Amino acid sequence: MSGFITALFDPTMPFVRNAALAGFLSSILFGILGSVVTVKRIAGLAGAISHAVLGGIGMALFLSVRGIVPGLPPIVGALIFAVIAAALIGVVSLKAKQREDTVINAIWAIGMSLGVLFIAKTPGYADPMSYMFGNILLVGGRELVLLAILDLVAIALVLAFYPQIEASAFDEEFATTRGVPVQAVFLAILTVTAVAVVLLQTFVGIVMVIAMLTLPAGTAGYVARNLAGMMVGATVLSWLFSFAGLALSWELDLPTGALVVTIAGAAFLGVAAVRGLKALAKRAGRRAEGRVAGQEAGR
Amino acid sequence: MPSMKATNTAAIGGSVSDAEPRSLAVSFERVAFSYRGVPVLHDACFHVHEGEFAVLVGPNGAGKTTILRLILGLAEAASGRVLVLGESPASARASVGYVPQHASYDPAFPISVEEVVRMGRLQGAWGRYKAADAGAVTRALGLAGVEELRRRPYNALSGGQRRRVLVARALAAEPRFLILDEPTANMDAESERRLYGALGDIKGKATILVVTHDTGYVSALADAVLCVGEHTGAGRGVVRHAAAPTNEAPGERFAGGALRVLHDVALPPDSCCGGHEAAR
Repeated sequence: MSGFITALFDPTMPFVRNAALAGFLSSILFGILGSVVTVKRIAGLAGAISHAVLGGIGMALFLSVRGIVPGLPPIVGALIFAVIAAALIGVVSLKAKQREDTVINAIWAIGMSLGVLFIAKTPGYADPMSYMFGNILLVGGRELVLLAILDLVAIALVLAFYPQIEASAFDEEFATTRGVPVQAVFLAILTVTAVAVVLLQTFVGIVMVIAMLTLPAGTAGYVARNLAGMMVGATVLSWLFSFAGLALSWELDLPTGALVVTIAGAAFLGVAAVRGLKALAKRAGRRAEGRVAGQEAGR
Repeated sequence: MPSMKATNTAAIGGSVSDAEPRSLAVSFERVAFSYRGVPVLHDACFHVHEGEFAVLVGPNGAGKTTILRLILGLAEAASGRVLVLGESPASARASVGYVPQHASYDPAFPISVEEVVRMGRLQGAWGRYKAADAGAVTRALGLAGVEELRRRPYNALSGGQRRRVLVARALAAEPRFLILDEPTANMDAESERRLYGALGDIKGKATILVVTHDTGYVSALADAVLCVGEHTGAGRGVVRHAAAPTNEAPGERFAGGALRVLHDVALPPDSCCGGHEAAR
């Protein structure tokens, strides 16, 4: 651990500091958006968008390397595909809810496949794997600024519209009867999620985005008393997981993204198991009590 | 034709003193509605006066939910006119409290009873909760008899408790018009008694419309019984029926007496406003 701490403050290794800062800044997005996505039960939808993004990255690589659109950065392709995926899912979700599941999975699969096809036809070496898990050590100053801006947008939206977000996630029909524009709230959540997914996955990777949108929020949801508590808890947990993952990957020389996801997943499963055992014990206790009461009544 | 001379003041019949016209909480004027090409309502006419306790009855699939959705502005009539408190359903929303039958409820959603009830204070796309909302929430919790549950997690409640919390949520809006969809479905007798006790306290402070598939009996609190009528092929209408006190229904169910719906005694739609026609 001391090796990592030394590296963190080593002026000749700014990339370690950037990675730690990126972990912190992305934690705020993971905490807020992850909680909203979890209680609104649209994690599958976020998963489809993040995987479809691979198609956009592949397309941008193909177009720029082939010289068709020279210098097209992968993030632009990613953004185009994210917006298309979000728009498709949004329309289907609002107009043909019964098809939502099929469409989400289709977008997920088609997006990834397009990415692989584009990358196969791109001269030179490009590894789809690097986009699945990203590389947090490659984060630069520009990305950090973008992340900070998106953090501020997410915080401002939640501060301004917390009641509307809470109500439309809890009971959409009732929220409508209170005049909440639930469709607009849904589309806003979808848009912010799509943009965040694009930005986050370019350096932490697709798998980590979807894991960090669901696992910290899911873990926090077990103990939080309300949505706000879940957001704060998920933010803290995301930051802990990404910091621990970064430090461990430095010490053990292992890929950061995969390590962060494993830590977050283990924490979630651990808390879920403890909760499950507690509930079982409680039920068994109640049954035993019932038996004793029954015996006493029978006497 | 049976005389509708009431033998009990609680009976619902055709003879009502022709007092001055009272304002309407809801009125349907020749409303038609189809769902995916299937006619549901046809020429539906009825109204409920402000301050009344009305019960809308009909078998499952008769179109009760459609009528509710039209009142709440969640659906729009193909023809005819729906007025709620004299306005369009969408503009009347702020004054209407709604207790849904199946509140979508996610056990993994961390939220307290108080926060659920507070949602009733929402109005539109803008605005956060204010300090003044806390008072309305407290009053609503008290009226619905769930004050002691205030700090409990919503997902730790029993089904009956959750239903009363949803009543409190609707009351938090301080509505002039309270609508409950199948409020006692899957409820144990004790919860049902408590719920009707709460509705008895609310009666007179707000117009109440209860929707139920129990076509046999209604609570003695009822001032009007509206039945979603026979299917004519073109869709159903709504018929006002008489109701008489009865001892047949388990009294504890409604917390103080029940009325038997007299399905063979249809009343003219305007019988409640001094329409002098005898029962048809």
